[in-house]
Amino acid sequence: MVNLIWLLMLLVGIVVAALNGHIEIVTDASLEAAQTAVNLAFELIGLMAMWLGLLKIAEEAGLVAFLARLLRPCTRYLFPEIPRDHPAIGSIIMNMSANILGLGNAATPFGLKAMQELQTLNPRPEEATPAMCTFLGLNTGCITLIPATIIGIRAAAGSTDPTIVVGPTILATGFSMVMAVVFDRVFRRFYGDHRR
Amino acid sequence: MTEAVVAVSRWAIPLVLFLIPAYGYLRGVAVYEAFVAGAEDGFKVAIKIIPFLVGMLVAISVFRASGAMDLFARSLNPVLHLVGIPGEVLPLAVMRPLSGGGALGVAAELIGDYGPDSFIGRLASVMQGTTDTTFYVLTVYFGSVGVRRYRYALALGLIADISSLIAAVAICRLMFG
Repeated sequence: MVNLIWLLMLLVGIVVAALNGHIEIVTDASLEAAQTAVNLAFELIGLMAMWLGLLKIAEEAGLVAFLARLLRPCTRYLFPEIPRDHPAIGSIIMNMSANILGLGNAATPFGLKAMQELQTLNPRPEEATPAMCTFLGLNTGCITLIPATIIGIRAAAGSTDPTIVVGPTILATGFSMVMAVVFDRVFRRFYGDHRR
Repeated sequence: MTEAVVAVSRWAIPLVLFLIPAYGYLRGVAVYEAFVAGAEDGFKVAIKIIPFLVGMLVAISVFRASGAMDLFARSLNPVLHLVGIPGEVLPLAVMRPLSGGGALGVAAELIGDYGPDSFIGRLASVMQGTTDTTFYVLTVYFGSVGVRRYRYALALGLIADISSLIAAVAICRLMFG
């Protein structure tokens, strides 16, 4: 699926550029994107280091374990196959918290950390586990309380009420989170996943 | 309302930076050493995702810059019109799962062109805040641990995206229509 989408985006893009008579766009766009990707990764080194450093302090102080205990009913339901007190739970909770607060630059480090923890529980390392699918579904559909970036853009554009979109954002993301949880259950049943 | 939200987003990171180390210190954690030990992991992960970032961004960028993405959005127009999604925000809807930065650019353009307090401006704002860069998140997250078979993760992510898109349009029509 991903192979096909990737191939189609690339080939269709090149064909369209050729038909439009702007084939040089392909050269510029691809070379620039390759550099952007590396710049992104380099920015991420600093962000990852900072947030994972804080995460380590929070872990050693027992803060993550406390949050994990608090949210155990939720996580037991959503991730039945993750053992109690596994570090994956802590990282997942931190990632979700960052998403909910609209802290995008903190969400990625915690999310990548969570994936590493989940991978330690994976019996077939090349294949996604149900817990990974649930995590990514929740990640995509996560409820957002503070869409900080867009509020900034609205304010900069001279809006009389930049935060009027907060209510609708909370409602719409809440709905998509419910849908993600429901369809995750459906897919789990469909794929017959109850392995631990 | 505006002041409160702005204050929360301004204070969120400083507060986290204050509270976690302060609490750790009170609990007897060697805070600086713990921070450095945790930070070490960041480097390896960030390097490991470079191939996936390059692969995805190159394909997305060619698709977008060539105008193919606009064509794709326009070809979806009749379908999306049926569910009441205005044509103006279509490029944003198509862009959003692929590229966060690209979508932000499109949203900013719509807000600038139609005005932040217009229906389209508000809808674009809500759409930007609700959906996620599913494609990017999936390829980078799975790539970082070497998972090749995503199983139903992509379908689940796209369902979440489409749900929030439809919800965003419905709620905006009700509130701002």
